[in-house]
Amino acid sequence: MAVVFDRPKSLTDAKFHYCPGCHHGIIHRLVAEVLDELGLQDRTVGIAPVGCAVFAYDYFDVDCIEAAHGRAPAVATGVKRTRPDTIVFSYQGDGDLASIGMAEIVHAAARSENITVIFVNNAIYGMTGGQMAPTTLIGQKTTTSPLGRKSELTGYPIKVCELLATLPGATYLARTSVHDPKNVRQTKEAIKKAFQLQVEGKGFSLVEVLSACPTNWHMKPVQALDFIKNDMMNYFPLGQFKSPEEAK
Amino acid sequence: MSKVRVTFNEELCKGCELCKNACPKGIIEMAGYINAMGYHPAKLVNPQECVGCGFCALMCPDLVIKIEKEEIK
Repeated sequence: MAVVFDRPKSLTDAKFHYCPGCHHGIIHRLVAEVLDELGLQDRTVGIAPVGCAVFAYDYFDVDCIEAAHGRAPAVATGVKRTRPDTIVFSYQGDGDLASIGMAEIVHAAARSENITVIFVNNAIYGMTGGQMAPTTLIGQKTTTSPLGRKSELTGYPIKVCELLATLPGATYLARTSVHDPKNVRQTKEAIKKAFQLQVEGKGFSLVEVLSACPTNWHMKPVQALDFIKNDMMNYFPLGQFKSPEEAK
Repeated sequence: MSKVRVTFNEELCKGCELCKNACPKGIIEMAGYINAMGYHPAKLVNPQECVGCGFCALMCPDLVIKIEKEEIK
């Protein structure tokens, strides 16, 4: 019997602390599988965010740095510039990247830093208890928008990929989802492409992954898949927003 | 003897049912008992029907599932 699917080597044996049905586990696994396949584990430095994935350094079996809230791209820039031979990725949520870290991500993309950003978009602040995030959909109920988000009061959700696509410095921008096996495979392909571009020194790459937060959406994990498919993908279309060919 | 072996590490399972939802054969069920974390772990009810597509493992957020296949010589 040959093993065709097992825990990737780039993950430690630690048990994930995430809630049942949280997609962080899937995305962690995909990143680790890509690092395994490209043989990058020994020279990779991961930058952990603030948010639910704050303990990412316990799970990835690579060197990790924990950055201040939203500042992962700035820390990644420092690592990459001082040690250009390392492969640097930051793993950030939507509260971290699209709110307090908006300046860092925009300028990292504008400078075309040769780093890879894994952006987990679940349209809510997970760790702090389900508050409204910059990516929360119109009408979505959170603890700080209990009657549903209203555009008159709080504006519209930010589409990070479309926003960064206007910058000539961004090399590769893609939005994927992990709500079914097909999309999980496509997410892995996008993450692999992003890391490959970094290995080739092509510049800034970001993969936005639509994922579920069943606990704070107050849904069962299987229902949450339908929310991604029917509601989130409606506002956040999947696809590639910048390819290396059209960059610069 | 099936050509595929799927094993569930029940102590890692949080009973989210994403694997059960993804299984095209409908042969994953939640166990009647609970594991040390207090969740009903997923298990295979008809292993001989499994085709080894791996959808359950792709969707599992907690790396519960390991898949082995018979080598083709």
